[in-house]
Amino acid sequence: MVVEEKIIKAIKFGVLSPDEIRKMSVTAIVTSELYDEDGRPIQGGLMDPRLGAIAPGQICPTCGNDAKGCPGHFGHIDLARPVIHVGFAKHIYDALRATCRKCGRLLLPDVEVKRYLTLLERLEERWPLLAKMLVTVVKKRASKVMECPHCGEKQFKIVFEKPYTYYEERPEGRIQLNPMEVRSRLERIPDWDVRLLGLDPMEARPEWMVLTVLPVPPIQVRPSIVLESGIRAEDDLTHKLADIVRTNERLRSLLDSGAPQRLIDEHWLLLQYHVATYIDNELPRIPVARHRGGRPLKGLAQRLKGKEGRFRGNLSGKRVDYSARTVISPDPNISVNEVGVPYEIAKTLTVRVTVTPWNIEEMRRYVLNGPDRWPGANYVIRPDGRKIDLRYADRKRIAEMLAPGWAVERHLKDGDIVLFNRQPSLHRMSIMAHIVKVLPGRTFRLNLLVCPPYNADFDGDEMNLHVPRTEEAQAEARELMLVQYHILSPRYGGPIIGGVQDYVSGAYLLTSKANLLSLEDVVDLLSAAGYRGEIPEPAVLSPKRRWTGKQLISLFLPKEFNFRGKARVSSGIFACEDEWCWNDSFITIKKGELLTGVLDKKAVGAEQPENMMHWLIKEYGSDYARYVYDHMFKMFIRFIEKRGFTMTVDDVALPPEAKEKIREILREAEKKVYEVIELYRQGKLEPVPGRTLEETLELRILDILSQARKQVEDIVVNYLDPFNNVFIMARTGARGNELNITQMAALLGQQSVRGERIHRGYRGRFLPHFKPGDLGPAARGFIYGNFYDGLSPLEVFFHAAGGREGLVDTAVRTSQSGYMQRRLVNALQDLRVEYDGTVRTPYGELVQFVYGEDGVDPMKSAHGKAVNIDREIERVIGWRV
Amino acid sequence: MAAPRLELVYDWEKLRSLIGEHLEKARQTLPPRIYEELESKLRSTAERHGLSPDEARRIIDYVLQEYEFSMIEPGEPVGTVAAQSIGEPGTQMTLRTFHYAGIREFNVTLGLPRFIEIVDARKEPSTPVMYIYLDEEHRYDEAKAKEVARRIEFTRVVNVAAEIDLDLINTRFVLRLDPLMLEDKGVTVEQVKKVVERLKIGKVEVDPENPLVIYIYLKPEDMTSIIDLQKKRERILNAKIKGIRKIRRVVVQAETREDGTTEYILVTEGSNLKEVLEVPGVDPRRVYTNNIHEIEEVLGIEAARLALIREMKDVLDEQGLDVDIRHIMLVADVMTQTGRVRQIGRHGASGEKPSPLARAAFEMTTQMLFDAAARGEVDRLLGVTESVIVGGIIRMGTGMVEVSMNPAALVKAARAAGGSEQGGSE
Repeated sequence: MVVEEKIIKAIKFGVLSPDEIRKMSVTAIVTSELYDEDGRPIQGGLMDPRLGAIAPGQICPTCGNDAKGCPGHFGHIDLARPVIHVGFAKHIYDALRATCRKCGRLLLPDVEVKRYLTLLERLEERWPLLAKMLVTVVKKRASKVMECPHCGEKQFKIVFEKPYTYYEERPEGRIQLNPMEVRSRLERIPDWDVRLLGLDPMEARPEWMVLTVLPVPPIQVRPSIVLESGIRAEDDLTHKLADIVRTNERLRSLLDSGAPQRLIDEHWLLLQYHVATYIDNELPRIPVARHRGGRPLKGLAQRLKGKEGRFRGNLSGKRVDYSARTVISPDPNISVNEVGVPYEIAKTLTVRVTVTPWNIEEMRRYVLNGPDRWPGANYVIRPDGRKIDLRYADRKRIAEMLAPGWAVERHLKDGDIVLFNRQPSLHRMSIMAHIVKVLPGRTFRLNLLVCPPYNADFDGDEMNLHVPRTEEAQAEARELMLVQYHILSPRYGGPIIGGVQDYVSGAYLLTSKANLLSLEDVVDLLSAAGYRGEIPEPAVLSPKRRWTGKQLISLFLPKEFNFRGKARVSSGIFACEDEWCWNDSFITIKKGELLTGVLDKKAVGAEQPENMMHWLIKEYGSDYARYVYDHMFKMFIRFIEKRGFTMTVDDVALPPEAKEKIREILREAEKKVYEVIELYRQGKLEPVPGRTLEETLELRILDILSQARKQVEDIVVNYLDPFNNVFIMARTGARGNELNITQMAALLGQQSVRGERIHRGYRGRFLPHFKPGDLGPAARGFIYGNFYDGLSPLEVFFHAAGGREGLVDTAVRTSQSGYMQRRLVNALQDLRVEYDGTVRTPYGELVQFVYGEDGVDPMKSAHGKAVNIDREIERVIGWRV
Repeated sequence: MAAPRLELVYDWEKLRSLIGEHLEKARQTLPPRIYEELESKLRSTAERHGLSPDEARRIIDYVLQEYEFSMIEPGEPVGTVAAQSIGEPGTQMTLRTFHYAGIREFNVTLGLPRFIEIVDARKEPSTPVMYIYLDEEHRYDEAKAKEVARRIEFTRVVNVAAEIDLDLINTRFVLRLDPLMLEDKGVTVEQVKKVVERLKIGKVEVDPENPLVIYIYLKPEDMTSIIDLQKKRERILNAKIKGIRKIRRVVVQAETREDGTTEYILVTEGSNLKEVLEVPGVDPRRVYTNNIHEIEEVLGIEAARLALIREMKDVLDEQGLDVDIRHIMLVADVMTQTGRVRQIGRHGASGEKPSPLARAAFEMTTQMLFDAAARGEVDRLLGVTESVIVGGIIRMGTGMVEVSMNPAALVKAARAAGGSEQGGSE
């Protein structure tokens, strides 16, 4: 079966000439009436049946097709007087200014015209942008000439008043040029001069921009809606066209009856108004045409414009079938590249499979199961293309009839490939291919490790799912878009998929030196990880056989893998410089054995380039990476599950001694602040060059207070148990940081709005609880309280003020950065790497000779470098140094 | 673990002779920079830990393998990837305009607003800043640096004036100078007097008793119009004493270099590259401004490209966002591709696309369509947006391939060859 395929090769733009409009028209529209008394459309009216069949069963009198096949046909309105096409008003203005009012020639001497024409011809081919610039220069030069070099006629200045009025400034005064005059002037411009005006005389003669005939679009373009009450509501365009026809007929009768010029002009202007607002109803300086109810009518331009317009809403982004959307929830037990799909969705989304001798039995089963029993099928397509709905068919009979060449729309089943997406789709990892796993429940299930690329959490997020229909699309999805091929981000050349939160805490706790595992623990963990193989020799034989977490990790590492690097917890008093270190914060892997060091965010976390996971992925491939994510990572979760992990208020409780120290620091800081304020009051404060005295004061105070906060942080870090759960989370990078802990345990610190201490509100003070002019820390948003002890009402208010700014900030930022990204994508999307390694636009313009100056793909690079030589050396000899 | 004993070589020359063939292969494949790094690292490793020839060969093989693996593939949609890589972290950038970059004297726009400013190719940044390095003579001495700073800082009469009054009885302006400001700006009363004289408003005299007071005598006819007097007052206050236009403030800053020596540099608020380059004492090779248009004008488009890359990278780095430099380079290349700096947006890269459909789909839809119609433009449907609009294949990645198989012809050929056991399905 050969399908004839028609491909659009190019689209040519142009202006319709009156002849063309008449030629493509099936009828002239002469009456503004739409229907007769019986409700049938009137011949010669705007709903004339010859304009196209629209009702089902109706046969088009023009082309003989039914409603489905009839493409629609244009009609036309002969305008009694020409009117300006508002879209081209500016072009008309340019043409009028640059040409002679009498002979219509371009206002430049023949020699120049000839020279410019040859130049234009040469430029158009190779440098379209320069050709555009040449045209502007020519127009500008010609517009300045006040006497025609061809016929010697004196020129007058032409004034254009938006949106469609032209005046000529003659010595006797300002005279309006009516469209008829404008048109006759434009007619006189010879073709070669038209070219120099930047117009194409074959496709767009300037006089065609003054309308004498108006095309009437087919009914398909402006369908009327029948309301429940049986009343017909016409489309906005039909209303507007009716206005035009009505005014046009009135003008014609006035002209025929020789009415006074004033009356004619009035109607002519009205016709101009209607035609203009039909094209664009958001024109400056003229009233918007409105519906009876006061709603502005949609002109042709309004249909195209904007985010919901034809272009951005229907052409650049299309709505699709075979898609689903629902809430997401986590499932650590499915693979990273799987997605859990509810039965209900699996029974609605289908894949079309052609029946072959090899799958006919399977297909029969699906057909017999029908649409309601999974795995079933919803439709069967016969070789002649007819679709049978299995809801209403005799499924047994059809299952028997099934033969190679038929096709079955079968339910989604395990192993199918689908695209999974979460908005906002900011990068390509926002749409990845997953393998279907049909599960009970009503939500999409996804592995927690893919949360970072989608930026997803489970507080009610929803995601979309699409089924690729053709084998070609399915193959591409499977080979290019699967999750494991997007572990490395092209943004910085490092893994973007990785553990978050409990994965990190779990990895740390499991691999920690303090953790020894019994045989039962080991078996449990390894079975959770799906490990099949020998259990290694225990690390401790006596008094009891005990294994370390590091031994278990080693089971998943390749046998020749070497790695050395600091863990994230290696800081402060737990810092390690090499493997000979008590703190166990230096990771050493020799020949696939994790010897020292704990795994934490640096090793297993997302967005951590040049770490253990990164080299594993790069050196052992994406399928191995998936294996690690699916198996080793499951152990972390299982372990934290077994051990239990929580946070208590005691985790941030400070001993009285520490509290006293903190109070002392704050007293000290406060004293210093008041000293500075006193200095300021006395005018003795030395200003920082280029700053006012007040600004200097603020800077100094902020400085003192932030130093105090830092000192408090040190105390908190010193007094809290570094192995309590909150601290473990902060140190391993699972969640939170030392600042957060300080805020909980000791001191919330300075709240700010616009980077300044909070001061706006009442005159000279933020709240009436303070004295006017109080510059002290408390009066300007320094919060001495903490979440452990609780905040005072005033402190809560300060905190809320600071918090609100954060919310506003995010809201503003998303719109701004969204627009920036849209512009960036639009400007760069056409660039690609060619076979010769250059980066070019589709028109062959060179942008880069070698991509990125070295031809290296950032995604496949080692954090930006083509090769990390140190790593390659480590890879080979790391086991012995 | 029972590997054969390694014969470690600690002498680089010896090792080199043993693995010469591999090294030669690496030299031919790798770019010189990477090759040199490889060689020097092999050498230092050998000297420290020893390397067996076999290990050295494996390292070289790995390097070659990784290098070849890292090359970009034809058809890669690098533009979209670059745009996404820059746009995606944009959501994480702060909106905070202020923040001082190294100097607390004045604010520098950073974060998202600054980035938008760069891709917008604004004529003037909202906070223009120059970093002026000084020549050998001035760079080590704060006093000498200050001297250059004074030459550069734009100083008007108003900057050193304490007040100006109109003395109606004697028909004269009384200009009182601020001694502190005079000293700070390094201006003498004599200089101010000369500047005011040059305005030719009237006779200028320094008060014989108080050298900080200057009288400017007015002609009687000047006294008729109040507006005129106002204007004259403005003219006096705005008269330039010295310095460079647009440089509002100069701060001398000490910068510690890697070798521990301290160098004084000037940081200015306001930018005027062209004139600063000519100031004696300035090292013209190291002057920097964040005004990209000035760089384009004075130093050319390649310099502007580098400045764009540096400015964008600086913003991202300051925000702690990790974006590969290649993406930034691509954006800079698109912005400078035509030989002048153009905006990313409707007045630049997007608005100059040859395809009317792509332009219409971006912004100003109707205007683009009318213009295209008037010009009789043809859309060849090669770009991404156009292909999406007509439902065609996007010519990137797998869509780049233009050779396709004709199965019917294949079957025919197979039949002609005689081996037609299984003809394709009809």
